[in-house]
Amino acid sequence: MFQRSDPPDITITWDGRELPARSGESLATALLAAGVLSFRETPVSGAARGPLCLMGACFDCLVEVEGQQNVQACMTPVHPGLRAAPQHGVRDLPEVEAA
Amino acid sequence: MERYDVAVIGGGMVGTAIGYGCAERGARVIVLDEGDVALRAARGNFGLVWGQSKGDGMPAYGAWTRLSITLWPSLAERVSGFAGRDVCYSPVGGLTFCLSEQELAERRDFVHRRHNQGHGTVRIVDRRELLEMMPGCRLGPEVVGASYDPTDGHVDPLTLLRGLHAGLRAAGGVHLPGAPVVAIEPVGGEYRIARADGAAVMARRIVVAAGVATTRIAAMVGLDVPVRPVRGQNIVTERLAPILPKPASAIRQTGDGTIQIGVTSEDDGILETPTTTAALAKMAARAIRVLPPLASARMVRGWAALRPMTPDGFPAYAESATHPGCFVAVCHSGVTLAAVHAGPMAEAVMGGGMHALAAELHPDRFARMPIQHVPAI
Amino acid sequence: MSTDVDLLIVGAGPAGMAAAVTARSRGLTVLLLDENAGPGGQVHRGIEHRAAKDEQDADGAKLAAALRSSAVETRFRATLWAVEPGGKVFWSEEGAARSAVAGRILLCTGATERPLPIPGWTLPGVMTVGAAQIALKTAGLKPQGDVWIAGQGPLLWLYAKQAVEAGGRLAGIVDLSHGIPPAALRHLPRALMAPGYLLKGLAWQRRVKRAGVRVIHAEEIRAEGEGRLARIVVDGTEHAADLLLLHDGVVPNTQITRAIPGCAHDWDAVQACWKPRLDAWGNTTAEGVMVAGDGGGIGGARAAAHAGRLAALEAARALGRMTEDQRNAEAGTERLALNRQLAARPFLDALFPPRPVTAIPDETIICRCEEVTAGKVREAVTLGCLGSNQTKAFTRTGMGPCQGRVCGPVVHAVIAAARGVDPAQVDPFRTRFPTKPLTLGELAALAE
Repeated sequence: MFQRSDPPDITITWDGRELPARSGESLATALLAAGVLSFRETPVSGAARGPLCLMGACFDCLVEVEGQQNVQACMTPVHPGLRAAPQHGVRDLPEVEAA
Repeated sequence: MERYDVAVIGGGMVGTAIGYGCAERGARVIVLDEGDVALRAARGNFGLVWGQSKGDGMPAYGAWTRLSITLWPSLAERVSGFAGRDVCYSPVGGLTFCLSEQELAERRDFVHRRHNQGHGTVRIVDRRELLEMMPGCRLGPEVVGASYDPTDGHVDPLTLLRGLHAGLRAAGGVHLPGAPVVAIEPVGGEYRIARADGAAVMARRIVVAAGVATTRIAAMVGLDVPVRPVRGQNIVTERLAPILPKPASAIRQTGDGTIQIGVTSEDDGILETPTTTAALAKMAARAIRVLPPLASARMVRGWAALRPMTPDGFPAYAESATHPGCFVAVCHSGVTLAAVHAGPMAEAVMGGGMHALAAELHPDRFARMPIQHVPAI
Repeated sequence: MSTDVDLLIVGAGPAGMAAAVTARSRGLTVLLLDENAGPGGQVHRGIEHRAAKDEQDADGAKLAAALRSSAVETRFRATLWAVEPGGKVFWSEEGAARSAVAGRILLCTGATERPLPIPGWTLPGVMTVGAAQIALKTAGLKPQGDVWIAGQGPLLWLYAKQAVEAGGRLAGIVDLSHGIPPAALRHLPRALMAPGYLLKGLAWQRRVKRAGVRVIHAEEIRAEGEGRLARIVVDGTEHAADLLLLHDGVVPNTQITRAIPGCAHDWDAVQACWKPRLDAWGNTTAEGVMVAGDGGGIGGARAAAHAGRLAALEAARALGRMTEDQRNAEAGTERLALNRQLAARPFLDALFPPRPVTAIPDETIICRCEEVTAGKVREAVTLGCLGSNQTKAFTRTGMGPCQGRVCGPVVHAVIAAARGVDPAQVDPFRTRFPTKPLTLGELAALAE
């Protein structure tokens, strides 16, 4: 798997548990460094899937970030306390906040 | 040279349905088609199997549409089998949303007119009834009502097209893509059809179902069928959990979970199919007024296609007076009408006589109308 | 139409950075958009936040520093999604759609990895070599444990070298290349003109082997596991694996150019890819739209920078800021340098022809978004699909959120092989704007 060259300096939450991360990196690399390879289940077959390209092209690293679903983990910078979770199949749209 | 009973010119939704219907009835059929990037209305289809708005001012078209809807369940079953995948035909009733009292009043007049023209299944429903019909549906506050027709429904149009092609093949039909037809000449009671790539076939009967190229090709068999291209743009979102239980005019949730949003009517005579941000923005804005949660849904694809439009917008069917055995079929409702095309229309091509409703849709009527934007294709 | 900016550049890799600085120095106003957090592109990813370790890093750091000290307006985390006639562009930034009208548009969208679909490549734990390199450059992640690399091409060896130098450990490399094809040899003399190119490649391989990394030459590989990668099977032999990195070379990213009406593309038989038709200055066949760098044909980072500067000079000429003679005079040294950089390409391209798609089993998924197998694509060909677009309509391949970015080259190659025709005769996916997903809310905000 992957090992960090530099120590983590912040903490994020993945699926309810705390994971170390390093400022400036993407959510995808934070998860990979923590040994998380499976990010979601696909809406087509339900198969487990993780990132492929890490450059925003493949849309395989979709996760839920702060309640927003189908977000590309590789394009999401981490910040202390970031809450993320696996994407389970099709996206549920959030309620619209009252204007 | 290969000889066929029926040569269909056009491998889109109309031509393939007729070709499949003829092959299923035992004819030796070839469907001649263009290449990969042809102007294909079949790719721009919205996927509604729809009667509520069809035939205003042309009752025969309304009745032809209703006939097709009654034949659809059987077609759906056969086509799903051929496609190897469910065509997702769901006749769950269809809606046309109204976003203001004025839109609702106009729709009410329209429904009244439809009743007078023999289309009795459509009616107006108010917001309360809409919410009863679709419990929990997060309709926007502007949705005051809709017209509703319980006989309407929707289908996956691309699976339909694929299934028709597979059905054609299963019934022994041949699909020959790759080049447009450039000439048709009678040869001893048959017709020789020549293509731009040098290929040629012989056939006893011909169906011109060439979409926006219909005018050019129908002329080769003595039929005057003015058709102009009208562009329609489409939006598809990412796959979503169920959010809209019934299909509506210009917005539906597909069997895959995506939301499809339609569709423009750009009558500029230009034979190109780019998307335009201005049009997509308007379509998105209206969809959000219907279902506000869609504001956060991501659009994953946009595309455009050209509908073949006759001067009055209604379909045209005819057998040529000068070239017996040569037919034309053109419309922009290839999905809804697929069942009559694979049924009564295929029978007509096989020599069974034109269905009375189709006979009323003869292109002779255009001679009495002003014609605009006839494309040079 | 009045313009908001003289030159709009998409992509802050070597081509985009070099072009921006050159154009600004010739008096053009420049707006540079990039989806990433900072300049560098993929090759110099994260260059401002790590120490330069080699020549390539030093090149990138220099370009980025020049960009930062120039008066170029840069917008990062900005994703372009439409280019319309008249120089109008649309992009998304901080969750909102924006637009501008530019006198000239220069697309420096670089390359993407050619997918290498093997059985099991959709399992978590299978990624691309490019992805692992990004993880190394941006987050310092180095491979550790049962990590395998499989495929072929220069980037594979470069990453392996970078990984071992960073203290990473590789279980092995599965080399799927076929040695030096005879066709490559005739390009060798010219390749030797390119400074250090070939020697560098050989040095990377030596460095990796010296680190004790096992290299297996093989024909076939598949990935296996339940819900995640557990092992690879190489020519029938199993090896434990918790990470598999695939690579089969890179291809131009033409997602945007293919969506522009009138922008012609040609099949490059040697690089086995489509690329936009460009003149010597980077002009496409669409008025006002230019391309520089790997997006116009794979040439590497240094070639991209030279092509970017040439395009910037041409943009200055087209906008009336210099005469043709001035442009030509200034372009002289850049063009010489570009040609030197490109000298090794024919040899490298001939050395690593893409893996034949006939090797992809029918049951292997090629469209990862819609989970469409190679067999389904081949079946569509038997139903009369001649090219990628009709195949897309029949199978849904390329219809998912990646919009065919990943599967495109493979779908195209599978169709060509199934039809038994020259790939040049098979149409690639036609793309349409928006070329990246955006929310309906962002889009709707643009409605009058």
